[in-house]
Amino acid sequence: MAKRLRGLPGYLVLGIWTVFSLFPLYFMAVSATNSSQDVLASRLIPGTELFTNIAALFAAQDVARAMGSSFAIAAGTTVLALLVCSVAGYGFEVYHSKGKDVLMGVLLLAMMIPFAATMIPLFQVFAKLGLVNSLVAVIVPSVSTPLLILLFRQSSRSFPSEILEAARMDGLNELSIFARIYVPTMRATFAAAGVITFMMAWNNYLWPRVILIKNEVQTMPMLIVNLSAGYVTDYGVLMLAVLLASLPTVVVFLVLQRSFANGITGAIK
Amino acid sequence: MSALTTTPGGRGGSSDARDLKRRWLGTDRRHNLTGWAFLLPAALLIVLVSFVPMIQAFILSLQTGRGTRLEFADPLWYNYQRLLGDEIFKQTLGNTLIYLVIQVPIMLILAMVLANLLNNPNLRFKAFWRTAIFLPCAVSLVSYSLVFRTMFANDGFVNDVLTTFGGQPVNWLGEADTARFVLILGLLWRWTGYNMIFFLAGLQNIDRSTLEAARVDGANALQVFWRVTVPQLRPIILLTAIMSTNGTLQLFDESWALTRGGPAYASMSVSHYLYEVSFQRNPNFGYGAALAYVILILVAVLAFIQMKVGDKRG
Repeated sequence: MAKRLRGLPGYLVLGIWTVFSLFPLYFMAVSATNSSQDVLASRLIPGTELFTNIAALFAAQDVARAMGSSFAIAAGTTVLALLVCSVAGYGFEVYHSKGKDVLMGVLLLAMMIPFAATMIPLFQVFAKLGLVNSLVAVIVPSVSTPLLILLFRQSSRSFPSEILEAARMDGLNELSIFARIYVPTMRATFAAAGVITFMMAWNNYLWPRVILIKNEVQTMPMLIVNLSAGYVTDYGVLMLAVLLASLPTVVVFLVLQRSFANGITGAIK
Repeated sequence: MSALTTTPGGRGGSSDARDLKRRWLGTDRRHNLTGWAFLLPAALLIVLVSFVPMIQAFILSLQTGRGTRLEFADPLWYNYQRLLGDEIFKQTLGNTLIYLVIQVPIMLILAMVLANLLNNPNLRFKAFWRTAIFLPCAVSLVSYSLVFRTMFANDGFVNDVLTTFGGQPVNWLGEADTARFVLILGLLWRWTGYNMIFFLAGLQNIDRSTLEAARVDGANALQVFWRVTVPQLRPIILLTAIMSTNGTLQLFDESWALTRGGPAYASMSVSHYLYEVSFQRNPNFGYGAALAYVILILVAVLAFIQMKVGDKRG
């Protein structure tokens, strides 16, 4: 009995933080089914206004297009980032040399450069290239990141050199060793890297806000901010839009939580 | 050049030792070059989207003018001089430092405590607690900002709860201190679980026997945590502190969507002000770039200090 009670403060702390953690999400989900007045009246049970809110939201904003843009950006960034960074991480580890260590050190410095410091020149360059309002301009700056290269480099350490030697003996060229042997054995790392990249790209706000000027070209995070910017906010509709904007990343998170955790912490192991 | 084109694999065929040696050197060199080719796209991209713009931003910070008509300022450091007299800059930088000094320590301590609780082998429903506390990381910054904005609206949920329990409604987003409080609360909500994951990963590397030994020696739970666990987590504390400092100095989304910087500039972050200077009303890229450089230098200096402090405690 005494032993059981000893754990009680711990459960209490976990319980309180869990309520704090989940409540805003519950509030968002429930409010999506309520009218604006009910949201403000703090109605905390599901209502019947979901379809009214959906109709109002789709009438006010081009949700389908924003969803499409967000998906294109997140998927495009993820595919390109996995390709570029996995090849680089593999290159750093498997073809290890002093010069490459120096380069890695320099690239890691880029992690300390705040995005704010590069944002204005990046905008100028993409403007010169005529890529303002283009999704390509949103994707390119997030394709190659030191964090992802580091993640792939660290996990390449566990790639057995015997396999590499054996494959070379069999006459496989270096690119096929990477594509046919390394990639399949490193599935877990690809999953981790993919999840963090997808979620970061989907949730990114500042750079799309800067480079996508036209009102018609917007991502889901931009759409919900625009929705709240009017003089009168319909809170039910707003919470529905926030719910839609969050759903893809929440689903990815719930399905691949372990990969996500490995992705954010993997580079330090 | 011929060394580059020799094919590997002829190991058993050659009887000439010198030839063999030359071939292997050739293979090494070829592999080395293959390695560089593998790095090239990633390295080139990072140089083009990070290092080159960083240098361009510095040059830009020495220029004045509106829109695209820019010329070098006289004196060159004019934009930096102007920053010193800019009250809004001082206000927004002050706000950002307040967030940094108040929010980051609270968050890291909470994250450490929660991770420690989750690491208890006897804990029940571990997966549930972990998922629940980690879940806010899945939601975008502007999404949760708008949820918090709705909950803390004048006639919103939080004030309803307050009045139900006989309190007075608070104009949360309309007063400087309460607006900053809501923003800090939001940051704690979004990032505590994220940092907890780092501490959990760190705790798994700690030898449990050190904890047992301390307990046998008569240390209570708090002493074990403070004297045995925390010192072993030092590298993780350093890492999370640097990441959080870096993130807080670049804070934008919450300032933009949750408090909209208001009232007036009372809760605006310095990155939000940078955006306003650079892309709203009369865009002034030169002045914006100078502001960006202040953020860059702050990030570098604070990371340097933290690394020094983190080292000394060893």
